Amino acid sequence: MSEAMRTVKFKIYRFNPEVDIKPSMKDYELTIPDKQDMMLLEAILRIKALDDSLAFRRSCREGVCGSDGMNINGRNGLACVTLLSSLKQPIELRPLPGLPVIRDLVVDMKVFFEQYAKVKPYLINNDPPPAKERLQSPAERKKLDGLYECILCACCSTSCPSFWWNPEKFIGPAGLLQAYRFIADSRDTAKVERLEGLTDPFSVFRCRGVMNCVEVCPKGLNPTRAIGHIRSELLAEGN
Amino acid sequence: MVKSATSLTGNGVRDWLWQRVSAVILAVYTLFILGFIWLTPQLDYVAWFQFFQGIWVKLFTLLAALSLLTHTWVGMWTILTDYVKSTRLRLTFEILVIIALFLYFLVAIAIVWSV
Repeated sequence: MSEAMRTVKFKIYRFNPEVDIKPSMKDYELTIPDKQDMMLLEAILRIKALDDSLAFRRSCREGVCGSDGMNINGRNGLACVTLLSSLKQPIELRPLPGLPVIRDLVVDMKVFFEQYAKVKPYLINNDPPPAKERLQSPAERKKLDGLYECILCACCSTSCPSFWWNPEKFIGPAGLLQAYRFIADSRDTAKVERLEGLTDPFSVFRCRGVMNCVEVCPKGLNPTRAIGHIRSELLAEGN
Repeated sequence: MVKSATSLTGNGVRDWLWQRVSAVILAVYTLFILGFIWLTPQLDYVAWFQFFQGIWVKLFTLLAALSLLTHTWVGMWTILTDYVKSTRLRLTFEILVIIALFLYFLVAIAIVWSV
């Protein structure tokens, strides 16, 4: 007996700047076994097998590399950890909002990484290194939980209206989460300098607490809380 | 560090603090006025006139007007820097907002001190 099949409908954003004047949504249909579920990335890979002109990024396919961030039915997320069965059809796929589109679902993340670089996302400690390693107490280490897990998929920053309007000035939730990750690190000795670099009206304070970042983070992190901690630190530092 | 010449204080922490302190003053003033309305049995011209004759009411009203000025400027500046991308147009709007707020404040002084 042949296996029962079902059709899954997609609408995918297509734009090739070399030939297209403006972007358009293209319909696709995928036929899969009725009882089979899969991650959205697997479905996109099958669509690519039908139409190899479709461009998108992916790598680890398990929510670790952060390559396949995209706008799925109006909400940013990772295709590789989104179940097909959880999505309403037709499944609308668009590139991450607010960044220039290179082609189809591939965006130019230059400005995102420029903001990330601004917060100096590395440990600064010019004290002579100990023989083995810089130790932390369990309590000090615990402060970094919920901060270090970010995979830089950009789902948060590209869902943030403040980042859409001022991507060159507002660091954005992803960058600020990392800024706080090093401000809170007991081994880092550049806390004062880090805070001084964030006192202007844009870098941190353009956050209006919309909390889209918290809503979409595929790792369940809370950049708004980290931004709140930065504000408190800035206030304490300035007093 | 992003430079900003037109924000209230040019410093994010101070702007943020001013906006919140002014919001608290406005909230307390609103409750104060609502309390007056609630507790006055006959709310007529005479009642309002006598209420605003008190020096502390005048001063509190001016403090509230000043807070409104501060709060509005931080808010309007934020909105304009979000949505108006042309520097020339944004500066024009900012100047118009400053003039309007300044005039409102002068009018508030004139009204409160005429009582």
